[in-house]
Amino acid sequence: MLVPISWIKDYVDIDIPVELLAEKLTVAGLEVAHLRYIGLPQADVPGLRMPRSDHLVWDREKLLLARVVEVKAHPNADKLVLAMVDYGGEELEQCVTGASNLFKYQGQGEINPPIWGAFAMEGARVWDGHSDKPRQMTLKGKELRGIYNKSMVCSEKELGISEEHEGVIILDHEERYVAGAPLAEILGDVILDIEFTPNLARCFSMIGVAREVAAILGLEMRYPSFEFLAEGDPIEEQVKIDIREPELNPRFTLTLLRDTEVKPSPFWMRHRLRLIGQRPRNNIVDVTNYITFELGQPLHAFDYDKLLNRAGGPPTIITRLPEAGERLETLDGLARDLGEETILVADTAGALAIGGVIGGGETEISENTRNVLLEAAAWNNISVRKTIKQQRIHTEASARFSRGVHPSQSILGSSRGIELMRQLGGGTVAAGLVDAYPAPPQTVTVALPIERINALLGMDIETDQAAEALRRLEFETRIDDDVIHATAPDHRLDISADPIVGQADLLEEIARVLGYDRIPETIMADEMPPQRENPGVFIEERVRDILAGLGLYEVINYRFSNRETEAMLTPDGAASSLPDAEYVEIVNPAASDRDVLRHTLMTNMLETAANNARYQRTQQVFEIGKVYLQRDEVLPEEPLRLGILLTGARDQPTWRVGDAGGAADALDFYDLKGVIESLLEALHIDDFSYERATHSSFHPGRSANLLLRRAPVGAFGEIHPQVAQRFRLADSKVFYAELEVARLLQYQQRLHKIEPLLTTPAILEDIALIVDANVAAHEVERVIRQAGGRLLKDVTLFDVYTGDPVPPGKKSLAYSLTYQDPERTLTDKNAARARKKIIGAARRRLRAELRS
Amino acid sequence: MSQTVEVLRNQALDALQKTTTSDELVQWRSRYLGRKGAVGALFGTIGKLPAEERAAFGQGVNALQSELRKAFEEREQLIREQVLAQDLEEGEIDITLPAYPRQMGGLHPATRTHREFQSIWAEMGFQVYQSHDVEEDDFNFTLLNLPPHHPARDMQDTFYTTNPRVLLRTHTSPGQIRAMRELGGGGSKPIRVILPGMCYRQEQVTARSEIQFTQVEGLAIGRNIRMSDLKGTISEFAKRMFKADAKVRYRASYFPFTEPSMEVDVECFLCGGEGCRVCKYTGWLEIAGSGMVHPTVLRNGGYDPSLWSGFAFGMGPERITMLKHGIQDIRYFWGNDLRFLKQF
Ligand SMILES: [Zn+2]
Repeated sequence: MLVPISWIKDYVDIDIPVELLAEKLTVAGLEVAHLRYIGLPQADVPGLRMPRSDHLVWDREKLLLARVVEVKAHPNADKLVLAMVDYGGEELEQCVTGASNLFKYQGQGEINPPIWGAFAMEGARVWDGHSDKPRQMTLKGKELRGIYNKSMVCSEKELGISEEHEGVIILDHEERYVAGAPLAEILGDVILDIEFTPNLARCFSMIGVAREVAAILGLEMRYPSFEFLAEGDPIEEQVKIDIREPELNPRFTLTLLRDTEVKPSPFWMRHRLRLIGQRPRNNIVDVTNYITFELGQPLHAFDYDKLLNRAGGPPTIITRLPEAGERLETLDGLARDLGEETILVADTAGALAIGGVIGGGETEISENTRNVLLEAAAWNNISVRKTIKQQRIHTEASARFSRGVHPSQSILGSSRGIELMRQLGGGTVAAGLVDAYPAPPQTVTVALPIERINALLGMDIETDQAAEALRRLEFETRIDDDVIHATAPDHRLDISADPIVGQADLLEEIARVLGYDRIPETIMADEMPPQRENPGVFIEERVRDILAGLGLYEVINYRFSNRETEAMLTPDGAASSLPDAEYVEIVNPAASDRDVLRHTLMTNMLETAANNARYQRTQQVFEIGKVYLQRDEVLPEEPLRLGILLTGARDQPTWRVGDAGGAADALDFYDLKGVIESLLEALHIDDFSYERATHSSFHPGRSANLLLRRAPVGAFGEIHPQVAQRFRLADSKVFYAELEVARLLQYQQRLHKIEPLLTTPAILEDIALIVDANVAAHEVERVIRQAGGRLLKDVTLFDVYTGDPVPPGKKSLAYSLTYQDPERTLTDKNAARARKKIIGAARRRLRAELRS
Repeated sequence: MSQTVEVLRNQALDALQKTTTSDELVQWRSRYLGRKGAVGALFGTIGKLPAEERAAFGQGVNALQSELRKAFEEREQLIREQVLAQDLEEGEIDITLPAYPRQMGGLHPATRTHREFQSIWAEMGFQVYQSHDVEEDDFNFTLLNLPPHHPARDMQDTFYTTNPRVLLRTHTSPGQIRAMRELGGGGSKPIRVILPGMCYRQEQVTARSEIQFTQVEGLAIGRNIRMSDLKGTISEFAKRMFKADAKVRYRASYFPFTEPSMEVDVECFLCGGEGCRVCKYTGWLEIAGSGMVHPTVLRNGGYDPSLWSGFAFGMGPERITMLKHGIQDIRYFWGNDLRFLKQF
């Protein structure tokens, strides 16, 4: 909400710079997002930083309030006139001007009642009114169609008040005006842009802000008068109220103004409304807006004669729920279907307005309106919220009612509104007001022991001090044995009647008024809860560290996906290997391709790889993240998965001798297997094995399942070429693994024994075996290890060879073997015996031949 | 026969003088001093000499062997020095040739910031508690003092699922209720946890807002927890996270699940509080929302709010990461462009 400081000063005499006030409001929870200066200089407050404003500062000597005494014709130009201006100087100043709104005064002689303008003397800095871009200029004397001119009467644009440049500023006469007064004192202003959190409904008006200002600064609040001069016939005979839903409409008040004149509002009203971003219309509608912003109590004005016509006599205003299929044409010209819960203002002939939201077109104020019926009511905020959601409509009224306006404000709005209308438009106000108040909210009194304040805020304050803070916010307080009994003021709906919640509400108010900076900073002295071990977190972070150490980068993807993309993981004619679960489906997705939560990390990982392929020769990445499997429970299972993806070159190209041209090898299946085994090794998981994968997203011949203690943990291998192609990854093979993190946690050894360091010498030798091409390597190694027995410490495969001289259908596997006796020096004889056993077993069990 | 020794001596020393490399030196040693070398051969002839000459001859050969060994060591030392000098003199390489790249890996910036958070909070006794991403409406809103149609529900644009009771959590706060119910022993035990995790909001994805973001929430429940403790704890965090003398400002604010509530600003660590573009010339950066746990939330967690109190705070690691590294676009985080990820 835009809040002119000049308006707030109507209610409280602020004694500090506006910049400091803005800081104090911000710290008290009324966040001032921006200060807009009009004419006044920006103050430098020590210790306070703020953006520099580049506005025009009005020269107090050269920009003055001046009376426009007379407007004369220009002798040489039809589109110019001569304004004779009293700026407090010895003589009247003659200003040549083309301001359209001065032409009507031409030839009248001395203007009466007087009007006032904003006068700029030669040498004054103003904005260039004719420039499209903001540009400042210094006023210089020059001839305009034969008449020398060195000063001017200014438009709003020239002073930086608004973009208005059609006419000049014309102020209606006020007693306090003196010719030659610095303009800054009349129109200078600072507009605070304040953002309100939902709990600050009570602040959503000038008086609401002023109350906070008064409380924070410890100043007196000065309320406007709520008296109204009522000399007409009693209102009871002229209108009646029938509230049918007191829950939704706890209060409804009406006042009536007869024989008034609908016309433009005076300058001060139009100016204030424009400063807060409202468009002035006519005096009646302007008053309803003005009171909405001044008090926070929205008003609605009806053309009383139209109501008389509809009812064929004194109308009865009915508030009720709509009938089936009922419609209403609202002020914005839309014919609206009314929802079941929309509360209406109606008469016996039908609906007139949507309560608390918007009026109807038929009974609105027009230029011909003579008699005005003014509504000030209270509406249930939840009901209004439902209506504005359903009708997709936001008005200044609904913005306030949807946050909550206390019913006590209705009568204040009625009284002040009808009196202001009478002052601006004339006429006679009917005696009294009609006030239907079937559902007053309960008055809340909270008992707050002083020790509770100090125990919860951690500060040491006196009972009187706390009570005084509440009194500044207009609470009524009574102190009884160090207990403050505080009764909430009648503009607040946010203090709870629940004794403990109410205490918290008051604590916040006390802390705000005294200042959060008054609360000390202490170290928690409370009992420390027992510390638990957190293996899930531990393993997750451990896995991240291991994989980053292995040269992989961590990615984090969206957890959203869509069914079509996940279906792309299954090649034509194959059965899906994705989890057998339902999707968590979003009913209001951000995009249609993000309408479910993922069942696998694979789609996101492949998409990420495709996106990166343009810039990266090699990609080695992993993600640890949840997938979402909806089964029979209300909430889905959210297992944590580890996805690993490798593609592209194994190494970056270098100029190293033998590596010229960067002809680096491509990453392959065994690189991925190496990552997995290094991970398992680092987690001290040693009971693992592999079997051929059955996951359809992988190449059937180049993929495997990882088993830990014979239980599957996930599949890995080369992504099926058709799947890779669908994800724009056909250029190089993609290797991918997806593992259950919970399984890694389950099987990791947190306490593992280390191998003793042997000091006895080892004997190394190589052995090459020729076996059938389809014999699995791990089978050969198993036979070697079993036959080698206790002395065979290590077996490393260092060559796999097919082709001449190895016969077709066969392959040669070359191993380097390490023999070592932990207790004594191994003799050549013992090593030879082990070797003989190995060769024998290989012959017998693998039909292997020794390659010479 | 001493003549033979003398000849060999001259010959060997001559040859030694001609060696210039360590290879030649090794050859020289095996020729003269090796097992089958010339000096050894002389020892082999001793037996063939008349007995009276043997002692003198043996002495001569022994002396020769010692002398040659000594000469060898000196020569070896000399050559070693020469080789070293030559290597230092001539063995220059082009140090400006590019390095051979090492394969590096790295953690996502979000993970890095989370770890920083977690370790700081762990030092203060706050342990990680993990909770669901997909939540019940009750836990995300109602039990946190946000009943249906509460105005503050508008502050969070929610992703709803086909089950009207179920949504994607808009904040980590529902974990507060779950932690209290799981760890609180029916409202009888103190709690000190942080709740990190992914949250979701139905917003337009722009450089400044994402539909998925991480949050770290903290919760402390006890019999004597005060607002001053909250201030002290957060200031301690700011000192460890940003700067030992980081100034902190507390502003009143509103969250339905805390009361009193406050926003926490830390002195802008980019300009030292002087005012810059990032802090919008205010000198402050907003880093957390916090407050005393609302009595209704304590009740919903199983605690009696007249006996127990607590505080809670929430922070956005991405925002802090962006501030620290000058990241202009929040979409970088889940965009996973390796050119971005490799910069951490
Ligand atoms: Zn800054």
